[in-house]
Amino acid sequence: MSSLCAGCGHDSISASIALACYEMSIEPHKIAKLSGIGCSSKTPAYYLNNSHGFNSVHGRMPSVATGANMANGDMVYIGVSGDGDSASIGMGQFVHAIRRNINMVYVLMNNGCYGLTKGQDSATADKGSRSKKGAPSPFSSIDMASLALELGGTFVAQSFSGDKTQLVPLLKAAINHNGFAFINVISPCVTFNNNSGSTKSYDYFREHAEATSSLDFVPEKEQIVADYKEGSQKTITLHDGSKIYLDKLAKDWDPTDFDSARASFMNAQKSGNIPTGLIYMDPESIDLHEILNSSSAPLNQLDKNTLCPGSATLDMINASLR
Amino acid sequence: MSKVNDFVIRFSNVNGTGSASANLLFAKSVFRMGIPVSPKNIFPSNIQGLPTWYEVRVNENGYLGRREGIDMIVCVNPESMAKDIEDISPGGYLLYDSTKPLHEEFYREDINQIPIPLMKLSAEAYSDPRHRQLFKNIIYIGALTVLMGLEFDVIKQLLEEQFSGKEKLISANIQALNIGVDYIKEHFEYPLKVRLERRDNLKDMIFIDGNKACGLGAVYAGATVLAWYPITPSTSVAEGFEHYAKKLRVDPVSGKNNFAIIQAEDELAALGMVMGANWNGSRAFTATSGPGLSLMNELIGLSYFAEIPGVLIDVQRGGPSTGMPTRTQQSDVLAAAYASHGDTKHVLLFPANPKECFELTALSFDLSDRLQTLVILLSDLDLGMNDHLSEPFEWNDDRKYDKGKVLSAEDLDEIQNYGRYKDIDNDGITYRAYPGTHPTKGAYVTRGTSKDENASYTENEQKYKQNMDRLLKKWETAKNIVPSPIVYQKKNNSENALLFFGTTNYAAVEAMDLLEKEGIQVDSLRIVAFPFNNEVLEFIDQHEKVFVIEQNRDAQMKTLLMKELAIPQQKLISVLNYNGIPITADAIKREVSSHLALNNA
Repeated sequence: MSSLCAGCGHDSISASIALACYEMSIEPHKIAKLSGIGCSSKTPAYYLNNSHGFNSVHGRMPSVATGANMANGDMVYIGVSGDGDSASIGMGQFVHAIRRNINMVYVLMNNGCYGLTKGQDSATADKGSRSKKGAPSPFSSIDMASLALELGGTFVAQSFSGDKTQLVPLLKAAINHNGFAFINVISPCVTFNNNSGSTKSYDYFREHAEATSSLDFVPEKEQIVADYKEGSQKTITLHDGSKIYLDKLAKDWDPTDFDSARASFMNAQKSGNIPTGLIYMDPESIDLHEILNSSSAPLNQLDKNTLCPGSATLDMINASLR
Repeated sequence: MSKVNDFVIRFSNVNGTGSASANLLFAKSVFRMGIPVSPKNIFPSNIQGLPTWYEVRVNENGYLGRREGIDMIVCVNPESMAKDIEDISPGGYLLYDSTKPLHEEFYREDINQIPIPLMKLSAEAYSDPRHRQLFKNIIYIGALTVLMGLEFDVIKQLLEEQFSGKEKLISANIQALNIGVDYIKEHFEYPLKVRLERRDNLKDMIFIDGNKACGLGAVYAGATVLAWYPITPSTSVAEGFEHYAKKLRVDPVSGKNNFAIIQAEDELAALGMVMGANWNGSRAFTATSGPGLSLMNELIGLSYFAEIPGVLIDVQRGGPSTGMPTRTQQSDVLAAAYASHGDTKHVLLFPANPKECFELTALSFDLSDRLQTLVILLSDLDLGMNDHLSEPFEWNDDRKYDKGKVLSAEDLDEIQNYGRYKDIDNDGITYRAYPGTHPTKGAYVTRGTSKDENASYTENEQKYKQNMDRLLKKWETAKNIVPSPIVYQKKNNSENALLFFGTTNYAAVEAMDLLEKEGIQVDSLRIVAFPFNNEVLEFIDQHEKVFVIEQNRDAQMKTLLMKELAIPQQKLISVLNYNGIPITADAIKREVSSHLALNNA
């Protein structure tokens, strides 16, 4: 069904999204899939066929997701985007969606190039990195995960399209997170940017990735066995009772500590390594609905009696204007 | 030549000095005396320090459009004094701050001067510099109570309402009024020829600005999401919605809001949020002006092609580009009608007064849901940001919201082969389902790309064309459900006609009477919506000449009529006003009568 190139990282990510939703037993019709424009943005048509999707316009998926979320805060919103969509034209909306802490999962399928328009460098292409076209990128790149962290992102993760073992639990934790959950997923473009010289190729990633931890997410409902994951190095317990278990933690690593997360990005820039896994999360995160104090019942389900003040009130308003 | 209840007074102030509220007191007092009044705030795109004017027309007969000729100027801004004095009609009045003597060159023999040492009087009575500035304005209002017969008790009542609970402020204001009263009684004869007499003519009319009325209309229509970006002159639409929502849409038990308002990072995001919310079944809207409309073009096209409802309130201002942010115009007509690249056409509504702002805003949500497309309400700065006399607003409690063709889970259970874009009813409008409706049926991907009847991406030439043709069929359906034009006569009296829309109405109805006095009969029609239905075409067909009166340079409505109704060019004669200040009846009368004289000679 997918029309993407054979071997495209994006299809693997789609599979991980579908698997995460399935393992969490989320009813597909309670999921909304949103995207902008680009190869990655095509993917909502290829998975979760009983979920509504909205393939919107270039760089504007965050605003569409925000509006959709406002209409019904009870659904699960999964937004997928590419580095053109998010780091260039969509940069403004990306930034403000993080500020508002919309309750959604934002998967950035990051390949350092514009696939659908045939191979231009994107803003996440590293300086000096060469795509198939050959010329090294002259500009410094935008590190979207680091940026998300700086902007106050309440859930920042980084992963790889080929690492289902890491990505699926991250997606589950992201879905469960009460706020903007950002996952920067390196997803090599086999057609335009998987060559030697590219810092977004399969090979480069394998050589430079450094997992900050091994992570497992267990929803509250599934905690039957008491000694499950006993001996985990760190356990994050969330308000709804779900837990995130972290093992093989990198040295001095605590993903609920903002300073250590930021330090890891700075170190990575120096060493050239790509930290993966759950980089940072704020378990106390509150989303835009809470910030706006909006109704618990979804806004799209409020009826006329609740919404329309009626003629008697209008008479009073008229009286106040005389 | 007595000018009881028929004059124009213009207040000339420095902006940011509290003059707006003092001048509004004047206008509201006239209103409370039962006399038709029409104030216009002509303010700069600036926060403090530049000239600002408040022009008030008082007219017993209810003519509320602008008029040529100023009968009285109250000038407290030395910077604009020269121009202000030039604008006074012979025999008119100049009330000015005589704390500093008037320069010789400003002296006009043919006008009457009323010098009041406002700054000096204010400095004597108040020590706080801010008070001195604020109360200086109230002193001249006090002076006008004597000079013009503006009822003191009416103002006092207004002050008590405005500052209820703040006794010190009320008494300070009244003290200022009395300073003005006493000064006039001591130094001048009164009342002036231009004066007021209580009429109690206004029955149950209200006084409100168009933007607030739009905001209230959105509350009544059940809008739950507002996403907006601040821009003059539309900000007060959002503020109006917020004001009423906070009063009327908070759950009494939980204290939670039955609405969400987001101040977006820009206009693109604002409309994107509106699209997302409407896609997901919430009535959502935005408010902006010309520059915002330009930015929103891409998403407007998405609304058109993906068929997602939404309401966009465009309070037009002087263009193009940044233009004149604080001046009025009707120059977004074409940009709105055909917004976005490719073949698009959008439903437009043209309110002419606050009551229509309320009603048409409410209607726009029904139309938008029914037609599954964006509806653009074209207001303007004159209507949106000035207080207007209006019929009171009405609402029928039996009225239901028309959410359009939305399928429930039960509906989907019955349908065999659901397709989002299947024209089942042959009216161009297809059936949608909100996300989350049914576990296994009714899901599809909404997209701005070409699609087939099942919402799947397609590049097939027949399917694309079929879809585009269906959108035209939907347009024909729209013609039958948008509001009809207003026709001003029971039957045609003339081979000539006036055609106009929006706030031009005020000047046009007066122009009709002015023309009649000269023996020129014209029929009139006011357009309320686009697409134009048959009534518009028939009206134009029944007349030889139709004067299309509009407030833009390039005759945009005329262009729209020519293109959409195939009207020959010669039949439509433009009467244009585009200097940023509302058109006058005098100007319309002059152009129409001179054209007819020229062509009949």
